[in-house]
Amino acid sequence: MAEHATHVPGLAHHFVSMEQQKEAGTLGMWIFLLTELMFFGGLFLAYTIYRTTYPEGFLYGSHLLNVPLGGTNTVVLIVSSLTMAMAVYYSQLGEKKKLIFFLLVTLALCFVFLIIKYFEYMSKIHDHLFPAFGTYHPSTTGPHGIPLELQQPVRVFLWIYFLMTGLHALHMIVGAGILITLIYMAQKGRFTKQYNSPVEISGLYWHFVDIVWIFLFPLLYLTGFHVSGAGH
Amino acid sequence: MAEHSSEHHIVPLKYYFGVFGLLMVLTAVTVLVASFDLEHIWGPLNIIVAMTVAVIKATAVVLIFMHVRWSSKLTQVIIISGLFWLLILLVMGVTDYMARTGWPTKLGQ
Amino acid sequence: MATEVMQSAEPRTNYLNAGHTVKSWLLTLDHKRIGLLYLFSISAFFFIGGIYATLIRLELVTPQGDLMTAETYNKVFTMHGVIMIFFFLIPSIPAVLGNFLLPLMLGAKDVAFPRLNLLSWYVFIVGGGMFMLTMINGGIDTGWTFYPPYSSIYSNTQVTLAGVSIFITGFSSILTGLNFMVTIHTMRAPGMTWFRLPLFVWAHYATSLIQILGTPVVAITVLALGFERTLQIGIFDPKLGGDPVLFQHMFWFYSHPAVYIMIIPSMGVVSELIANMTRKRVFGYHFVAFSSLAIAVFGFLVWGHHMFTSSQSMYAGLVFSLITYAVAIPSAIKTFNWTATIYKGSVSFDTPMIYALAFLGLFTIGGMTGLFLAAMGLDVHLHDTYFVVAHFHYVMVGGAIIGYLGGLHFWWPKITGKMYPEIWGRISAAIVFLGFNLTFFPQFVVGYLGMPRRYHSYVPEFQVLHILSSAGASILALGFLMPVFYFAWSIKYGKPAGANPWGAVGLEWQTPSPPPTENFTYQPVITTEAYEFEHVEEIKNAGKAEALQTA
Repeated sequence: MAEHATHVPGLAHHFVSMEQQKEAGTLGMWIFLLTELMFFGGLFLAYTIYRTTYPEGFLYGSHLLNVPLGGTNTVVLIVSSLTMAMAVYYSQLGEKKKLIFFLLVTLALCFVFLIIKYFEYMSKIHDHLFPAFGTYHPSTTGPHGIPLELQQPVRVFLWIYFLMTGLHALHMIVGAGILITLIYMAQKGRFTKQYNSPVEISGLYWHFVDIVWIFLFPLLYLTGFHVSGAGH
Repeated sequence: MAEHSSEHHIVPLKYYFGVFGLLMVLTAVTVLVASFDLEHIWGPLNIIVAMTVAVIKATAVVLIFMHVRWSSKLTQVIIISGLFWLLILLVMGVTDYMARTGWPTKLGQ
Repeated sequence: MATEVMQSAEPRTNYLNAGHTVKSWLLTLDHKRIGLLYLFSISAFFFIGGIYATLIRLELVTPQGDLMTAETYNKVFTMHGVIMIFFFLIPSIPAVLGNFLLPLMLGAKDVAFPRLNLLSWYVFIVGGGMFMLTMINGGIDTGWTFYPPYSSIYSNTQVTLAGVSIFITGFSSILTGLNFMVTIHTMRAPGMTWFRLPLFVWAHYATSLIQILGTPVVAITVLALGFERTLQIGIFDPKLGGDPVLFQHMFWFYSHPAVYIMIIPSMGVVSELIANMTRKRVFGYHFVAFSSLAIAVFGFLVWGHHMFTSSQSMYAGLVFSLITYAVAIPSAIKTFNWTATIYKGSVSFDTPMIYALAFLGLFTIGGMTGLFLAAMGLDVHLHDTYFVVAHFHYVMVGGAIIGYLGGLHFWWPKITGKMYPEIWGRISAAIVFLGFNLTFFPQFVVGYLGMPRRYHSYVPEFQVLHILSSAGASILALGFLMPVFYFAWSIKYGKPAGANPWGAVGLEWQTPSPPPTENFTYQPVITTEAYEFEHVEEIKNAGKAEALQTA
């Protein structure tokens, strides 16, 4: 260990060069994102099959979701993707203040997303639409309740909704943890023009979470948007 | 090799703003299109349009925000193979259901 | 000679004596030590799984279910399956031999992410610990396949806890695969091009591919099953609009490729053993390398052959059946190439080669019977019989475990710096081979005659075959126990191995045994193809000379 007289800050001992370390880190994150893709993939398969099995249930269920709130969250996530990209940009330039600023904005947007999601979930639970623990009472939803023949299919839609968005929200929470760590590290002055791959790699993760939402929004919220009078 | 171009390439901010603008416009488009009943024209048209827009948005994010346009061939191969494997799961899974007699089944049958 | 003199003059620092505290092991970032941590953990699981196997074979000695109740028997075979598959076979070769050898073979100081590597072991221990908790709390009885609706609604056992433990263990497997893939891509020494890589590395690359792309799907599947059980949300419950066959699709999307996670690394080991023990370059190197990848890719397209007798569409079944036949092609390419390698080679019959030869024969039987099962019509007859049990044990024990044992013997001198007693190695290999065949060959017959799997009692006509099988199992158990003792013995009393006791090629043999902490005392530069036995002497001498210079 003592031989490393020419120690480069941020370079782990088992790598030959910074370039090699960065390549490994980026590749590792991309491979991890493949794993994530397949993780969500199982749910997308379930979605496809159940949507084809219960088209009416999915149309009706989609109408129960709040498009303005979902749309707002879409915009929030897109903006956060931009701010994350800018954080990466300023980390590459080695501008610490701007890096921290954009990381903070991204973190704030993450919380905005999660808060909106929380209110959406609460309203579903309040309307007795949570499909578990015996709390699903579709007859009490809206003025007339969900039609009897659709109650079961709508329930299928709702658990897919909760599972997919819940898993997505979990990834947002993990993302918030990553952002906080990055802000802490940036504050300590750990990132330089030469060493910024943690920011870049976290950026990849953040954009991936954004991409998942890009698909979830139309699949869940907009599926029944064109059908009038199905909801309440 | 393309590998070295990724190392110190800094993507100009105008690309980021461009993608951001595109994403916002396409979000508006997808909401707008979803409010029309295209199913009168052809059954799955609504979902096809929605998914096409989503794929365009995702591609923009991957290429610009995630720097894949400037990345090594290896990264690009990894992404494509990931999508290929996702397709295996979806296509071969759904094929079984589509080939079943009497599917989609109605509840209670 | 020179090295031995040097060793006695001053004890060289190696990865084993670099630190002696428990902390230096539990917080180690050295891939070699992590490999050993895995070795001890999975060996423990192997013997726990073995105890369950013993119970199964004891119960089946008599036709009546007299040793245990049907419920207990259900738990016993489930625990046997889950432990052996998720806690032994999947981590076995990659996590032990792969961890130890991959950086050595690539000429790297360590894997790309040493911390992640250690984390994967801790994740494995947490997952394994939770499964032990499942065991103490009464175990599970669903079969290792966890099919709903039995597992989600009716079973009164610890399905959720077991599901969580497998979910967690899955991440350990993903982390190992991710680490290996990045390591192979980025950590190769100068001159180590893709087609100079040992075939062991190619096999691990293919395995990593499956671990990365398959494991997350089973993770989401058992997660869904957990929610299903605890929240009754009806994902796979027909009463609530779900489809239990969807579970089978998602489960087998991983669990079929998972059998390749177990067998491909073993094929990699066998390539090394056969090349080095016959002193010939592996015949058709490129074909053997690419057939690993082909198996990994095709392996993802065949999962439906586990579902021929479910409500899967018969047209989908046809497609799955056809592609299953296609998987036989890369497997056959490997087998033929290995056989061709042996031809006119200078064959040594040391223990590793005995295991390699056993692998060739047993894997061929295991693979060919797989084709019987891939035929849709025949599968209706053979599905869920002992024929299936015999088939996958020929692949999993006769292939994966035999390969693992062969590799362990081959690299034991490198790992510990000591030779195991060769004569005992050969005896135990012969016992394993005999015991194995006696255990599982009768199962083909009894399965073909109609004995269903997972039953604790049977008609008296089958008793002879079951007794043969149980007798074989006790011989097999002896064969598996013997290495534990002589390996342990060799650590203290074995004769020093030296850097290259087999006269093998490969970078791992050019560094001292046991290797120093950062693997090489010099930066290896690769100038020849893999398995160039013509150059072995000069490479060895060059390596030694440089090692001496820098030391």
